[in-house]
Amino acid sequence: MALLQIAEPGMSAAPHQHRLAVGIDLGTTNSLVATVRSGMGTVLLDEHGHALLPSVVRYLPDGQVEVGYAAQAQQSLDPQNTIVSVKRLMGRGIHDIPDIGHLPYRFIDAPGMVQVDTRAGIKSPVEISAGILKVLKNRAEKALGGELTGAVITVPAYFDDAQRQATKDAARLAGLTVLRLLNEPTAAAVAYGLDNGAEGVYVVYDLGGGTFDISILRLSKGVFEVLATNGDSALGGDDFDRRIFCWVLEQCKLQPISPEDTRLLLTKAREAKEWLTDHMEARLTGILSNGEVVDLTLTSAVFNELTRPLVGKTLGPTRKALRDAGLTLENIKGVVMVGGATRMPQIRLAVAELFQQEPLTNLDPDKVVALGAAIQANVLAGNRSDDDLLLLDVIPLSLGLETMGGLVEKVIPRNSTLPVARAQDFTTFKDGQTAMSIHVVQGERELVSDCRSLARFELRGIPPMAAGAARIRVTFQVDADGLLSVSAREQSSGVESNIVVKPSYGLSEDEILNMLQASFASAENDKQVRALREAQVDAERLLEAITAALDKDGEALLNPHELQAIQSQMDALRALSRADDSHAIQDAVESLNQATEYFASRRMDASVKQALAGKNLNTLEI
Amino acid sequence: MHNSSRNHFELFNLPTRFAIDLSTLDQHYRKLQSAVHPDRFAAAPAAERLHSMQLATQANEAYRTLKDPTARARYLLQINGVDTEEESNTSMPAEFLVLQMEWREAMEDARAQHDIPALDKLLHEMQQESKTLQQHLHWALDEKKAYPEAAETVRKLRFLDKVRDDIQQSISKLEE
Repeated sequence: MALLQIAEPGMSAAPHQHRLAVGIDLGTTNSLVATVRSGMGTVLLDEHGHALLPSVVRYLPDGQVEVGYAAQAQQSLDPQNTIVSVKRLMGRGIHDIPDIGHLPYRFIDAPGMVQVDTRAGIKSPVEISAGILKVLKNRAEKALGGELTGAVITVPAYFDDAQRQATKDAARLAGLTVLRLLNEPTAAAVAYGLDNGAEGVYVVYDLGGGTFDISILRLSKGVFEVLATNGDSALGGDDFDRRIFCWVLEQCKLQPISPEDTRLLLTKAREAKEWLTDHMEARLTGILSNGEVVDLTLTSAVFNELTRPLVGKTLGPTRKALRDAGLTLENIKGVVMVGGATRMPQIRLAVAELFQQEPLTNLDPDKVVALGAAIQANVLAGNRSDDDLLLLDVIPLSLGLETMGGLVEKVIPRNSTLPVARAQDFTTFKDGQTAMSIHVVQGERELVSDCRSLARFELRGIPPMAAGAARIRVTFQVDADGLLSVSAREQSSGVESNIVVKPSYGLSEDEILNMLQASFASAENDKQVRALREAQVDAERLLEAITAALDKDGEALLNPHELQAIQSQMDALRALSRADDSHAIQDAVESLNQATEYFASRRMDASVKQALAGKNLNTLEI
Repeated sequence: MHNSSRNHFELFNLPTRFAIDLSTLDQHYRKLQSAVHPDRFAAAPAAERLHSMQLATQANEAYRTLKDPTARARYLLQINGVDTEEESNTSMPAEFLVLQMEWREAMEDARAQHDIPALDKLLHEMQQESKTLQQHLHWALDEKKAYPEAAETVRKLRFLDKVRDDIQQSISKLEE
């Protein structure tokens, strides 16, 4: 029997409501926000018509925070409170940051991630990045005229778990719903591939301000499959500036100089680098705080010589990625250049030489990542109905566990397609052992000390048994964002101690709320208002999603009794979400989720069957 | 779990056998991921998101297993209740052991002399040898159901895969 569906008054039943979604390129040097409007990717501009937002955050004496060009203009005058290239600090400890002595900040060594002491207090890189994201969020909401459903934030493909988690935390702190973390080269490939109708194997060479990525993708009928990725998350255009800066110090025989002078000369170095893109020589001039005058001429020949080792550092990972993908140069159809630093002629030359073909530079290397992210955000928000775009990305670095003697046992090898899960069994090595400590690391080296430590946790409550009798299964799951969760349980005794581990450097929900509260600097009810608003949004989304699912499959997959049960739960949630008890709403969301569990399972099953239906007649050989 | 009833072959609508058409596998993998990938469920209720992640994970695992001939054979044997004993059973025919020693020596020599072309040539030779063993697996698994024989061939292939990995690592170290 057919059931008539009647929309409740006041509830939108419009199936094609356009949801506001954006792609954000959170860059080392510049950040951008883009969206898809009437089918076209567009970068959103600020009120002065600028697309780029310099990734510079300044904490002012009056307590205000300045982001972008205004902050950038003050960086030489107020270097210790003006944070430039904060992306290089994301998810990094103080010892992970190369050239830390050249940076004009007051660093604080904190567990997990370095912090910066500013006049506004101690700031974590997550908070500083959130400052940049907030400006972009406001820009987008102003331009689009409404609250954002969500955002896709791009990260370097070679970012490890800590750097990804930090980025996601920053977005949440900025009040953004993260639809997905997307790898920058993959985003670029989407923008390029869709624009050019490309098919075949492409390489994306992405040299940004602070990070280098190489990704090899197979493009086939709208499926973007990453075959291998490699890179260096501490190599970028900034390093080219620093080479020029060091050359200036050498040429002028300068003594160690003040933070202000360092910032001034780094800025001059960057300007000279940019000038050399179209000119044979650049003049560097400036007056230092002690009155000393710097006036030098840098030729492109000298610049090439200074930076040859940096260019060389990008070619090793490129060859490795090719080898990992099992490909040779003849297989490569095109090389897409991404990132402002690929404007440097010596980079283009080196890439052309390696691949024996001219690299593709027809897209603006500054914008292509944000545009690709916007396209993906549009798909994830459900605005695009045709199912022809799919991104299959990989984990950039292997995940492993510490074993006896400080060695790493790899559990998930690099370049595994996401999502991926792998289980590993362990046993006890002493009689009666009841606890076991597990250390998760990420990296390619054999020694634990050479890899990045992600999490340490203790598995307790193992029933006492003879050595070697316990069987503890540890499962690693890496989701589509490239983020890891670990669970463990003892199996042989039937005792299940199931734990889920969040890596130690991530922020807890409470920490996020506390930071938000501090930034609002107001009363307790802010927290409650926010919690209520979040619960209501959750409820709205769930109701909307289930309504859509019922419209499509309710009749086919549910009997009238089951349908009735789900609908009455939905009614209950609708009623509650108009009241102001956030806990009651959360509980109702949870129980509606549970009530639709079997429906979800049947829907997934149906879509698996449908995906390959009818295929076996034509394409399979029996 | 959700799809424990389907084996990796069935998941992709392929016959459960060693000889499979790799381009069909590629096609069906992409079709399946297009239907179940978490990106398709970003706005879906939590229950569907969870199912989607599990299915997409299973599809990736199945694809990885079937794409690699050694892993595919190992999996087929496992379905048929045969353990390949790759950790415990190290007995090998003498001629295979000799061959293996020769390859290792050739690799050491080439590595010592930084001779990348020689390593590449060796890699090619081993690929040929792997192909022969894979032909044998097709015969043993699909035609004869000679599982103990197939298990020994899997052990041989595992040896070859290891040497090949070592050669590849040597090449990339020399290229650095």
